[in-house]
Amino acid sequence: MTVDVARIRKDFPILDRQVRDGQPLVYLDSANTSQKPRQVIERMDEFYERHNANIHRASHQLGEEATAAYEGARIKAAGFIGARDETEVVFTKNISEGINLVAYAMGNATAGQSGGSGSGRFRLGPGDEIVITEMEHHSNIVPWQLLCERTGATLRWFGVTDDGLLDLSQADELITERTRLVALAHQSNVLGTINPVREIADAAHAAGALVLVDAAQSVPHMPVNVQELGADFLGFTSHKMCGPTGIGVLWGRRELLEEMPPFLGGGEMIESVWMDHSTFAPPPHKFEAGTMPIAEAAGLDAAMDYLTDVGLDAVRAHERDLIACALDALGTVPGLRVLGPSDPAVRGAAISFTLEDVHPHDISQVLDEHGVAVRAGHHCAWPLHRRFGIQASTRASFYLYNTTAEVGALVDGIRRAQRFFGGD
Amino acid sequence: MRLESLYQEVILDHYRHPHHKGLREPYDTEVHHVNPLCGDEVTLRVTLKDATGEPVVADVSYDALGCSISQASASVMSELIIGKTVPEAMSLAEEFLRLMQSKGQVEPDEEILGDGVAFAGVAKYPARIKCALLGWMAWKDATVQALEEQK
Repeated sequence: MTVDVARIRKDFPILDRQVRDGQPLVYLDSANTSQKPRQVIERMDEFYERHNANIHRASHQLGEEATAAYEGARIKAAGFIGARDETEVVFTKNISEGINLVAYAMGNATAGQSGGSGSGRFRLGPGDEIVITEMEHHSNIVPWQLLCERTGATLRWFGVTDDGLLDLSQADELITERTRLVALAHQSNVLGTINPVREIADAAHAAGALVLVDAAQSVPHMPVNVQELGADFLGFTSHKMCGPTGIGVLWGRRELLEEMPPFLGGGEMIESVWMDHSTFAPPPHKFEAGTMPIAEAAGLDAAMDYLTDVGLDAVRAHERDLIACALDALGTVPGLRVLGPSDPAVRGAAISFTLEDVHPHDISQVLDEHGVAVRAGHHCAWPLHRRFGIQASTRASFYLYNTTAEVGALVDGIRRAQRFFGGD
Repeated sequence: MRLESLYQEVILDHYRHPHHKGLREPYDTEVHHVNPLCGDEVTLRVTLKDATGEPVVADVSYDALGCSISQASASVMSELIIGKTVPEAMSLAEEFLRLMQSKGQVEPDEEILGDGVAFAGVAKYPARIKCALLGWMAWKDATVQALEEQK
């Protein structure tokens, strides 16, 4: 299966745009947020034009239609990642909220709140350990730091090798009977590294720990199956996979979601409410307080349809070609250092690099002047940048709609930046 | 071309050959500021002296990691404010801030801002304004602390 890029590009109206006085847009910032095909935009328009109502609580036809759109997206998401059924799929605002949901549920269990009869397994205290990695996005670091502060548990982490891989030689020492949860990225948003989640999950489970996978950078780009990964929780976000902002998914094993105390309290997450206490709805609704992003769920549904039609295997194959092309082309620029693995087989299409004597912000400014959109900075992975002794990097990230010609535009722009700032 | 209007020769000169860079002793206060958006950072030291009843910026030294805009801005700032009274330097900082917040609509006064006028183009790029302000904000913070300590 291959990707017909020319046909795909026609689905994304924004790719026709010109920026900065007539330059055609070269969008290489999809790891930040992806562009949206008209199928997604139209599905959301249609929702607002034809079906808009609140869900679950509106006793009229539009309410039924809106509920069907929202719950239909949940069923689709369950199939998309190989969940047992849709009750394992919780909608969140984004993946940051999904990770915080698990962290706060554990904190709430520690404070004595009950989710179900087995909520004790979520309680943490001094001597317990949470293991993360040095290549995590801040959203998979900070919630665990805060949880450790609240509970007295200890935060530990896998280091990263010079090649940008997890240092698995530390696994036996890091994952022990003290480990309660291992949280890691499926794919690094900076290095592109695809981590051996299954191997780590097996070790974690053997030690009695839970495994949370940040799949924000993998679900949009390759087939992901929660059973094959051996995860207990897995989160992703719609806006990086052709869908709208404002909605994400936290998948969790049903028995865990049942036992976990709630995170946010409010409407729709309850079973019964008295003045002095409440009981809660079964999952997933236990974790969905207040009016949820309904049109966004419809948009995410359309995005999953779109990616399924193209085929995630084909997306991955297309990106592998782009990665190989980009790594070759970037390799010809003197003074340029790519972070992360050089083998396209173990990395995704987020390619970060540094250029001698030119700051990433200055590179991105020159690229922007030529219509090439990239990201410069620490990409919300400050500890990882410190690990490599750098302050910031420039990241070009590719998706199904990018072409090898756009790799050329990137490299031309980098050379321009080098000429512009290189002189004395 | 637009790039040249952003990266004026003055900015590139200060970037390649920054003035007053390198931390110096003695100093009254030292601050460390970061731009959380991009990770740029500056450590800046201020020495005030009070000869005539009005505090004077006797020295500013700094060490910074960052883009051309933030580096050049710290260099231009040090040139501008060393030797000025604190109220004069504070009003320069206000003037520079006003220029940065102008969205490119204000014609800067070279009599007042000197090489600082070269940053007028930065005001048109919202993502870069914080770069240009990093050193100035650090200086204001360090100076306020130094004044507090002198009380």
